[in-house]
Amino acid sequence: MKRRLWVLGGLAASLMATSALAQDINVKIGVLNDRSGIYADLSGEGSVVAARMAVEDFDAASKGINVEIISADHQNKPDVASNIARQWLDEEGVNAIVDVPTSSAAFAVNELVREANALFLNSGAAASELTGEACSPHTAHWTYDTWALAHGTGAAMVEQGGDSWFFLTADYAFGHALERDTIAVVEEAGGTVLGTVRHPFPGQDFSSFLLQAQASGAKVIGLANAGGDTVNTIKQAAEFGITQAGQSLAGLLIFLTDVHALGLENAQGLVLTESFYWDLNDDTREWSARFEELDGDKPTMVQAGVYSAVLHYLKAIEATGTTDADEVMAKMKEMPTSDPVFGEGVLRQDGRKVHDMYLFRVKSPEESQGPWDYYEVLTTIPAERAFRPLEEGNCPLVE
Amino acid sequence: MFELLGIPPQALFGQLLLGLINGSFYAILSLGLAVIFGLLNIINFTHGAQYMLGAFVAWFLLQYLGIGYWGALIIAPIVVGITGVIIERLMISRLYHLDHLYGLLLTFGLALVIQGLLRNEFGISGLPYSIPPELAGGQNLGFMFLPNYRGWVVIASLAVCLGTWFLIEKTRLGAYLRAATENPTLVGAFGINVPRLVTLTYGFGVALAAFAGVLAAPIYSVNPNMGAELIIVVFAVVVIGGMGSILGAIITGFGLGIIEGLTRVFYPEGSAVVIFVIMAIVLLLKPAGLFGRTA
Repeated sequence: MKRRLWVLGGLAASLMATSALAQDINVKIGVLNDRSGIYADLSGEGSVVAARMAVEDFDAASKGINVEIISADHQNKPDVASNIARQWLDEEGVNAIVDVPTSSAAFAVNELVREANALFLNSGAAASELTGEACSPHTAHWTYDTWALAHGTGAAMVEQGGDSWFFLTADYAFGHALERDTIAVVEEAGGTVLGTVRHPFPGQDFSSFLLQAQASGAKVIGLANAGGDTVNTIKQAAEFGITQAGQSLAGLLIFLTDVHALGLENAQGLVLTESFYWDLNDDTREWSARFEELDGDKPTMVQAGVYSAVLHYLKAIEATGTTDADEVMAKMKEMPTSDPVFGEGVLRQDGRKVHDMYLFRVKSPEESQGPWDYYEVLTTIPAERAFRPLEEGNCPLVE
Repeated sequence: MFELLGIPPQALFGQLLLGLINGSFYAILSLGLAVIFGLLNIINFTHGAQYMLGAFVAWFLLQYLGIGYWGALIIAPIVVGITGVIIERLMISRLYHLDHLYGLLLTFGLALVIQGLLRNEFGISGLPYSIPPELAGGQNLGFMFLPNYRGWVVIASLAVCLGTWFLIEKTRLGAYLRAATENPTLVGAFGINVPRLVTLTYGFGVALAAFAGVLAAPIYSVNPNMGAELIIVVFAVVVIGGMGSILGAIITGFGLGIIEGLTRVFYPEGSAVVIFVIMAIVLLLKPAGLFGRTA
């Protein structure tokens, strides 16, 4: 009888003990991007794959952190992005919204998350206002932005003698931001802007705009558009003999998937700025090989950015023991970042994630030694110089 | 020389020519739609997907069978036309006795399914398809550099459009077709196989879309979304031209292409919208369309 009591008592004690230890943290991450339109290849399902890789590599399960990943398609429309984000924040209890390419959609989500107890880890969008006038204590702008692109590709083209520019701009927030930042670089270096033309987003036939660019006589035609738009513009430019006649094309935002779609025949010689390339070093090669096994294609910098952001977010949650937005963001800005895709980096006060950027040139078909072997590195732009200085952004968070 | 609103005449002529080229695509596609609607009373929303299938079949022929552009121009419309015939026999023919809207829903659903399947398989960035070497290069016309291929597009589409119009309006086969849509029972009593005629007509309309797709493959990106973006504009063109009128579709297609081209010069931001503005105006003033006949 006494022994039975002891056994029962021991059982009860052990049950109470485990319930005291079971302080699992539940985290819900929503990957919101374009899954069916012109930006689907550079983000899309690949971003979800990258997010899952981050959760696995972080080994969340063994640390008592349960992570659920959901995803949705914003179709590059700010109103659709708004609705999905609102539903996620209000009903689904999402703790972090991740990715969101298409700057107009990113601005919409930025405003929604500002008031909520959640974080916005943006990898896909470009507009530099996200860490400038529109900066928010709940937003981290990860992979790249228009300022970095303008000072990367823009500056490089001007140095090569491109002192007169004509812009072909996607007529929405991103195109305007990229055009503005690049014009600033061109004019500061003493160049002139001969004109700009804004094309509807998304576009299909750019022949009319290319003709206007040709007529302007500018040495450089700056393409302030991205994804499928850029691919079509470059293809049609080849058809109209624009580069043969002596003008250069500056693809201000080009992704690995765009080069893949164009083919090296059409894309060779293009100079571009990105923050990640699968073949940079052993770490990126190993990570990209794992990604390719899960996704089928090599990763773009946007997808790599999702991995890096989710990984850092989970580390901050582990360190603070909570999913409270303000506490976790403070921790994210306090801890330096470290991952196989971007190496070492820092998340700044204004929400800007800072790391090295690279100026690449697309190889010719003869130089390429295998599938996806597309880039050669021209220079590395160190992190301190790659992004807009903290004081110049007009971000209210920066005193 | 004079300048029109700040645009020198060379630039203007260049843009007009480009508008004409775009208009060729609008013309062939709206012709196919007009044939299918005017003669069969089906609102064929799959038209954009069938245009895209034409481009994909052309790519497939080149990639896996080594058949180049000229072969694809003939084979792709036949292949896609046959799939159209199958769709019509199996699915669309069951809806003739119902309201138009059911045909619309069915064809719209089919379009989404086809696009989704191809998107899953190939992504959206596009597949490479080059201009055939015989048509590469261009002519310096003085006011612009015209790629030979684009000039060929205008010629080919004009030929196909006029050929189709002639076939339907001036030949006996066309006469049977027009009679069959007005009074199928009577025409059937004369011994003409009306269902077969209807099926072949649908297949022909679909083949026209696929032909436009092959024309588009070298210059526009061959991707699953290429039809979706275009088909909305083409529907507006058909509505403006008058849904039953073959000639109306051709003329409106070319005309609206030119108007869109002019808008791209003077107010590029509005070039995606101008056709719909015109459609709204036409619907307010003449609901049957510019060349349509009120039933």
